[in-house]
Amino acid sequence: MRGNVYIYIAVMSLVSFAVRVLPLTLIRGQIENRFIRSFLYYVPYVTLAVMTFPAIVEATQFPLAGVLALAVGMVLAWLGAGLFPVAVACCLTVLAAELILL
Amino acid sequence: MPQQTNALSPSAALRAGMRDGVPIAMGYFAVAFSLGIAGRNAGLTPLQGFVISILNHASAGEYAGITAIAALAPYWELAVTILITNARYLLMSCALSQKLAPETSLWHRIGVGFGITDEIFGISMARPGFLEPSYTYGAMVVAIPSWAAGTALGIIAGNILPLRVVSALSVALYGMFLAIIIPPARKDRVVGVLVVLSFAASFGLGKLARALSLSWLTGGTQVILLTLLLAGGAAALFPVEEEGGQENAG
Repeated sequence: MRGNVYIYIAVMSLVSFAVRVLPLTLIRGQIENRFIRSFLYYVPYVTLAVMTFPAIVEATQFPLAGVLALAVGMVLAWLGAGLFPVAVACCLTVLAAELILL
Repeated sequence: MPQQTNALSPSAALRAGMRDGVPIAMGYFAVAFSLGIAGRNAGLTPLQGFVISILNHASAGEYAGITAIAALAPYWELAVTILITNARYLLMSCALSQKLAPETSLWHRIGVGFGITDEIFGISMARPGFLEPSYTYGAMVVAIPSWAAGTALGIIAGNILPLRVVSALSVALYGMFLAIIIPPARKDRVVGVLVVLSFAASFGLGKLARALSLSWLTGGTQVILLTLLLAGGAAALFPVEEEGGQENAG
């Protein structure tokens, strides 16, 4: 069975929906197990860190621009800057670096 | 772990979510644009691209899906592809289940779950205390339409955005991730070491996958493997205190 674009869209969307919604609806209340609680506490840090590096370096036209954006973002975040300032500073760093490098 | 619900009213939380959704929307627009170009090559109409993006809002998953559609893959194969590329959302959904107040209604659980993306998950976990569903909704209404509009425009226009602009906008999302993970890494040494280890492991595993041409070891699979390994290792060696102490669950 293949070929109908609307069935493709329905299949994709249903699977995406199920993957996202099932754990949240099935796991009600706080998990008691200490290992699982600790595991879930550490999950976001690992997933976000793994997705950030080296991807940030590979997203730019020049790897150096990505490295600079990473450095600027880490320093600003370390100093406590919020989501928007850090995101914009990273964008501007890449823009400036690529203007100079090109 | 979260101890109490926030004092913010639902409408204040909604506004906070919309504010934090703006950098996500910026990054999404640029990334979705390139996804739209892939959709154009697969023969999708702008409306089809828009609908796919509103319902799926997942970059790697949609890209894999569009590739499968272009290849006229069997339906079951598309389903398995989406399941694998989006499997990390299962883990994120489990983590979010502990971030919601236990009495949160089924509808809010479905609503928050539907909104999970790497970025919306990230900012939702970074809320102090229990997550207010309306915070996540605020981020969703700003970010997801931008993602869908970017996809549709990419299909309509193809390659009109200058590379320089795409390149600059696409790091917005990584900048946001840094703003989420670095402050807790500064406060908690275990998290700090974990972040550095994650950077190194992600770099190493990516190199390995390329060197050995392991085509099954995609970015999404790497995220799952490393999360199970590193978060599992940290949980075994440094279990989180049961009561108090861990206010910042994200």
